[in-house]
Amino acid sequence: MLASSAVLATEEGGRALAEVMSPAAGSAADFAWLIPVVPAVSAALLLLFGKRIGRFSAAIAITAIGTSATIATLVFVQLASLEAEQRVLVRTLGTWISTGRFTVDWELLIDPLSSIMLLLVTWVGLLIHVYSLGYMHGDERYSRFFAYLNLFAASMLILVLGSSFLTLFVGWELVGLCSYLLIGFWFTDRANATAAKKAFVVNRIGDVGFMIAMFVVFATFGSLSFAEVLPEASTLAGGTAIAIGLLLFVGATGKSAQIPLFVWLPDAMAGPTPVSALIHAATMVTAGVYLIARASPIYAAAAESAFDVGLLVAWIGVLTALVAALIACSQNDLKKILAYSTVSQLGYMFVAVGLGAQAAGIFHLLTHGFFKALLFLAAGSVMHALADETDIWKMGGLRKVMPFTFWTSVVAWLAIAGIPPFAGYFSKEEILTAALDTPGAGGIWVVGAIVAGITAFYMSRWLFLIFLGDRRYERELDDVHPHESPLSMTLPLVVLAVLSVLGGLINVLPRSFVAFWAPEEGFLHSWLEPSVTEFVGETALLPELLALGLVLLAGALGIALAFRLYLRRTDHAALRGRLGWAYQASLRKFYVDELYEHTVEAPGRLLADGFATFDRRGVDGLVNGVARLTAGLGRSGRRAQTGFVRSYALAVLLGTVLVTVLFMGGLLLGGLG
Amino acid sequence: MAVPVGYYLVLAAALFVVGLVGVLVRRNIIIMFMCIELMLNSVNLTLVAFSRLQGNIEGQVLSFFVMVVAAAEVTVGLALIVNLYRLRASTDADDVDRLRW
Amino acid sequence: MALLAQTGAEGATGASAELWIFLVIGALSLGSALAMILMKNTVHAALMLVVNFFTIAVLYAVLQAQFLFVVQMIVYAGAIMVLFLFVLMLLGVYAEQQFTDRIPGQKTTALLLGVLLLGALAGGVAGPYMGRDSACNVAGASSVAFTGCRGLDEVNADGNVRAVGLSLFTRYVWPFEVMSVLLVIAALGAMVLGRRDEDLADLVDRVPVSEPAATDEEPSSATPAAVAAGEQEERD
Repeated sequence: MLASSAVLATEEGGRALAEVMSPAAGSAADFAWLIPVVPAVSAALLLLFGKRIGRFSAAIAITAIGTSATIATLVFVQLASLEAEQRVLVRTLGTWISTGRFTVDWELLIDPLSSIMLLLVTWVGLLIHVYSLGYMHGDERYSRFFAYLNLFAASMLILVLGSSFLTLFVGWELVGLCSYLLIGFWFTDRANATAAKKAFVVNRIGDVGFMIAMFVVFATFGSLSFAEVLPEASTLAGGTAIAIGLLLFVGATGKSAQIPLFVWLPDAMAGPTPVSALIHAATMVTAGVYLIARASPIYAAAAESAFDVGLLVAWIGVLTALVAALIACSQNDLKKILAYSTVSQLGYMFVAVGLGAQAAGIFHLLTHGFFKALLFLAAGSVMHALADETDIWKMGGLRKVMPFTFWTSVVAWLAIAGIPPFAGYFSKEEILTAALDTPGAGGIWVVGAIVAGITAFYMSRWLFLIFLGDRRYERELDDVHPHESPLSMTLPLVVLAVLSVLGGLINVLPRSFVAFWAPEEGFLHSWLEPSVTEFVGETALLPELLALGLVLLAGALGIALAFRLYLRRTDHAALRGRLGWAYQASLRKFYVDELYEHTVEAPGRLLADGFATFDRRGVDGLVNGVARLTAGLGRSGRRAQTGFVRSYALAVLLGTVLVTVLFMGGLLLGGLG
Repeated sequence: MAVPVGYYLVLAAALFVVGLVGVLVRRNIIIMFMCIELMLNSVNLTLVAFSRLQGNIEGQVLSFFVMVVAAAEVTVGLALIVNLYRLRASTDADDVDRLRW
Repeated sequence: MALLAQTGAEGATGASAELWIFLVIGALSLGSALAMILMKNTVHAALMLVVNFFTIAVLYAVLQAQFLFVVQMIVYAGAIMVLFLFVLMLLGVYAEQQFTDRIPGQKTTALLLGVLLLGALAGGVAGPYMGRDSACNVAGASSVAFTGCRGLDEVNADGNVRAVGLSLFTRYVWPFEVMSVLLVIAALGAMVLGRRDEDLADLVDRVPVSEPAATDEEPSSATPAAVAAGEQEERD
């Protein structure tokens, strides 16, 4: 009854169907279930006994995630040893729901897509756990933090390994929960708790879309399992495919912070920096991209119909990228800049998966995971050195004092700005090329290219203002003596830097150097083939080399502008004045939060107040009214207790007379008759 | 003309009602008690009248019993009234209203 | 007794002696009863009741219940009323009866209901027996079923006392014995209740008569101790 999840109806005809197999007993994949379970158990352990374990918690947590990473690698290797068509394994652990028509099992789907994600989540997770050793040192809820980190890792791994929409959703929700716990880790500060709440609530809004999508999927296919739904996706009626595609995307906008549900991500910077690095750079926010990549056959089916949902997804993605990039240009909080940058880069990923270039999207997901995590960790390193200062205007000239941090940040900067041969260049190029090659997506390319330029600009601004120039911190801040961070923090930085440099080669080697120019020949592409739809490009608007050059030019211009503005004497106040409303709009995040407050929050609060009043007056009033009525009746009733014997006697007489009269009357009538 | 038994019965009824109204209207406890005695007497009269009607002595015997019980009742009742007076320093029935709401 | 029995015979005027006796005594009876409930002076009311008892005793005699005639006079008029008068004297003969009634509509309702009850009783109970054959000492009355008067001539043949005694000591001996126990208990009860407690302090809860007891609270200012203390003061 199981069919391969690797069917994909491409325009070029279907690929060979393969039977989905269970992994060979004793093989690494057979133990794949340990990957999420070990961190979960470790989390439980740390939650229950954390206080007593104390400092040792970090070791436990790191060991747990390290184990997961190792097993994930072994799984990857094992998969690689199989034939391409056979690289889809399903490991069943038991039945979860079994009611009539609806059965859901605890199943793991191990295929190329999930294995790549596994590697990302576990290894980057491991690096961040190591980083947290140093960063969270001395925090009073130290073990609790590691418990939450492990719990998050377990949740994300469930999400990635889930073999049905429902299992994925379980991981989805858990990840949202962990995000709430981690963002609000220092909850004693009201603002942090509020940010956590905001993240959770906005995620929830998206989740409604996801749930309805699941309902539609179930109604259409009678099952939620990927192995049963995705191969049949080509049989979807156009309308249904559009509906599912849209609804899944709604869920994705919530989790991956796209328009209109991106407002939670900048606020989420209230959490500790390792949290931002793990959750809001590399893993949780990419869940939406993963979801859409996973459901690619459905989007392919929709693309055939009247309305190409994927195109809509791509447009929303690129617009989000633009808006976020513009906001990032004027922010002064170093983490907020990175947050908006994340939103922007996620937009790129959605462009890719929306246009059907799943591999490109996943590629960018990977490379972004590397350099964004690196950037966040570097930011954390800087904050650690400057006593948690976040205003970049109070920094500057840290290059000499924090060399490791500086040079790794430079690597990340080059990667994100899209400078070859760093990782970001390759992935971003692939996405933009896909846009170029899709009819009707030319506008996306243009906007995307502009955003590339803006990205280069604001990231250069970030780098220059923090690490180069005058040491403003000596003037602005009291009593700070910045120094390089300890090894536990700098080591992950270095590792991520290496990945940022070499990461791009994933799609280049080991096939051949030709892949440098033709990404579809790259390793990642071929690896992901069994899992996702193939992108089929059509004639390009512009010759590829020209497009490439234009984008590189945009990037270079961005860097140059930043150089001019921030490394040469500039009157920033006058500049802000001249930019006027544009600057204000950017600084105020285009007033999106205010808009939501007025359109959604205010009516919502009104409604809630209405219900509260109804509850207080109506429902409680009813209950209290009954009580009052009873009391009132009692009060009037007790007046009968006059206490006077004579009135009681009168009552008796009344009764007596009544009985007598009736009796006599009866007798009389009976006697007369 | 002879007196039909009914006349006695009417007289007894009248005395009964007078006694009854007296209980309800008067406020002096002792007077109320006396009215109750009046009611008992009217009942006795009724019994005796019926006894004559039936030609059966048992009515008179019952009446005798009623008298005895009335005597016992008066004894105890007056003792209670005296106690009540000691408690309330009043012979007004309306002053005994502790069970009032 | 034969004299009285003959009263049933129709006299020359067409009305028997029994009728005259009934009318006069009956009027007296009713009148004294009404007087009793209407008199303000309690002792006068008691005396009116004594008169009433006497009238009822006479009626018993007319009704061929000679034994009860005597017992009524001795027990009721003689013992019970004396008891009443004693207690009256003890408890403040001078208490004025206030006619303002605290219970609204009590008098009216009582009157109304009383009249109603009278009507029901007179009509219902007495009604069937108002006919001529219910009159005793009328020839042939005893043969009329149900409403006919049989008269106690047969039963009283050897005397009323003997008849009552016979019934009392044979058929009703058990209740008779219980009655005597009842009387003993009553006497004991009266003795117990009549005891005066030694300690003056927890004796009297002297609530002033005029105070309306409309509140739920304890009359804290009138604790026995305080009042007893007040009593002490008065005496000093």
